[in-house]
Amino acid sequence: MKLHRIILSFVSALAILLSSSATSFAKVVGDKIVLGSAISLTGKYSSNGVHTQNGYNMAVDRINSMGGVKVGGKTYKFEIIYYDDESNPKRAAQLAERLIKQDGVEYMLGPYSSGLTKAIAPVTEKYGVPMVEANGASRSLFTKGYKYLFAVLAPANLYLDVAIDLAVEKNGGKPVSVAMAFEQDAFSQDVRLGVLEAIKRTGSKKVIDDKLPKELNDMAATLAKVKAVKPDVLVVSGHTKGALTAVRQIAEMKVDVPMLAMTHCDAAKLSKQHGKNSQYALCASQWHKTLTYKDDFFKDGMTYDADFKKLFDYAPPYQAAESSAALLVFKDAFERANSFDKVKVRDALAATDMQTFYGNIKFAAGGQNVDKPMVLFQVMCDGDKCENKVVAPTKWASAELIHPIPSWSKR
Amino acid sequence: MDLLIFQVPILMVQASLDGILLGILFALIAYGMALQWGVMNIINIAQGDLVILGGYIAYFMYLSGIHPALGVIVAPVIMYFVGVGLYKLVINKVVDRDLFISILATFGISILFMQLMNFAFGADVVLANSEFGTTMLFNNSVTLPNSKLFSAIISIIFAIGLVVYMKKSKLGRAIRATAQNARAAKILGVDTEKVYAATFGINAALCGVAGALVAITFTIHPYMGLPYTIRSFMIVIIAGLGNLPGVAVSGMGLGVFEEFADYILGTEFRIGSVFLLLVLILVYRRFKLSKKREYLK
Repeated sequence: MKLHRIILSFVSALAILLSSSATSFAKVVGDKIVLGSAISLTGKYSSNGVHTQNGYNMAVDRINSMGGVKVGGKTYKFEIIYYDDESNPKRAAQLAERLIKQDGVEYMLGPYSSGLTKAIAPVTEKYGVPMVEANGASRSLFTKGYKYLFAVLAPANLYLDVAIDLAVEKNGGKPVSVAMAFEQDAFSQDVRLGVLEAIKRTGSKKVIDDKLPKELNDMAATLAKVKAVKPDVLVVSGHTKGALTAVRQIAEMKVDVPMLAMTHCDAAKLSKQHGKNSQYALCASQWHKTLTYKDDFFKDGMTYDADFKKLFDYAPPYQAAESSAALLVFKDAFERANSFDKVKVRDALAATDMQTFYGNIKFAAGGQNVDKPMVLFQVMCDGDKCENKVVAPTKWASAELIHPIPSWSKR
Repeated sequence: MDLLIFQVPILMVQASLDGILLGILFALIAYGMALQWGVMNIINIAQGDLVILGGYIAYFMYLSGIHPALGVIVAPVIMYFVGVGLYKLVINKVVDRDLFISILATFGISILFMQLMNFAFGADVVLANSEFGTTMLFNNSVTLPNSKLFSAIISIIFAIGLVVYMKKSKLGRAIRATAQNARAAKILGVDTEKVYAATFGINAALCGVAGALVAITFTIHPYMGLPYTIRSFMIVIIAGLGNLPGVAVSGMGLGVFEEFADYILGTEFRIGSVFLLLVLILVYRRFKLSKKREYLK
């Protein structure tokens, strides 16, 4: 009985402690603007979750050290409450509720991946909490009529349609034949839709349309078909495992195709893991350090790249860069709203029209960024050293596209 | 429905060879599963995670400059001890219990392994490059990556080695005796506890070999184990328990079936068609069994 009472009092003490600490957080505490984010620190998205968190943290430190956010003549600093969503959509939605209801957070930063953003968006929408997200590109996020969701990145359907246009251009304006291999997940299927639109627009022809399983590790059948059909372009999207598997098996099976376009090359560390075999692969990217966009906080891509490396000891993938940009957007919106009212901040976000080191940011009615085109880089090797060089759009190209890809017998 | 494979018949050769090579690798994993299932009556849900762990051993050898192919020697040794350790910690407590308990226990081990691997090695998809090159057949229209050929040859060597070991060695005989009747074996002086530990260790070692081969031929990731568990489970089910030659045949058969399903029905039906086949086989088995009427319940 005694033990029972001790346990009971311990639990109630703990409950009181937790509830009092929870109420100490609110939207703005003292000179701090508190943002909340559920983020994948464990589970299958943990690598990219950490990139996202590093991007957020770097921007918070930078903005705070450069004078913070000025609202109503007073200076505020950013602070972020993080919870680990374990790469699990259900958990992410629960944590979003907890951030809003228990911790009193009134402004959210997005999680990593389209799937988790999809899980959180209905919650932030329900409570009218503005969320700026940097890692959910699925088109379906922007067709639901969400009013409080803003994405700094280009939607998934714009990832690879540029490649089809490029192939047509290289073919003297004539239509091309396209082989497609896309994983069966929300993101890749959105990329596929974009490619299909580009095929229709250019009068091109799809010759292979394979939907790869989620547990994808073998593309031999698809690639054997590609060898038989000989298309002008092969388009692959299946996250990092898709990029790695495709490049490995294309090299092993000596598949000759004039153009190979993919997603997730830098997340897959393609040139590092595959070396020369990855040469000539075209990769869609939200950002590249050589782009010439500028802002007052990070200056430009090259400076961001150097500063990030100094802090975290690795080169920033685009997932980190876009996450940093999300904070710049929030700062800009708070200052223009000149208020902490959620609706006013939301309206200010909707009216955003700015340039960051990451790119121009302007939101469409659905919340997606319509002012920042995707870039394509091509893996180019000099001896054993491989580098990603931007080849499209031509405005930012730092190298000329190598087309068609030399056949394996000549490499 | 895609008829490309009939228009370009050489694709049939490619599909068959790809399927057989893939099937042999899966059969090796299924061998281990069949062995411990038969001996200990345990369905190991963590089978695929043991494979991935073996893959990481080869991967880290590759990172430190050692050729990953040597992983097929190092990984099984390390994994044998992992297996024995796992038996002593968890499996020995569930070995005589209901099948459901052992499924739950190994399911727990599977989750633990996934999270630990994710924690220790990171969530990146990785691979080990063997630089083995490619074999070209029929005027370059059929290509076989040498890494896949290597995988198949190593799998066959280990599978034959296992069969011989089970037949000839003292421990092998003890394992077979325990599988037939654990109680009788115990009475006749077989240390069944040791036999169980060794069986689980041998299974883990086979997974280690397969993992090293997976790292060389495909990719590895902490959460990629489940497909290997499911595939080996299906191979064992189709072959029937205790039927080791059947495991090899059903492994290769499933591999070829899968490849042809991919070409004809489309990639999206690849896995689905294998499951459909499994259901059909189970229904057929049940039908045959109901005709037998050997005993009344």
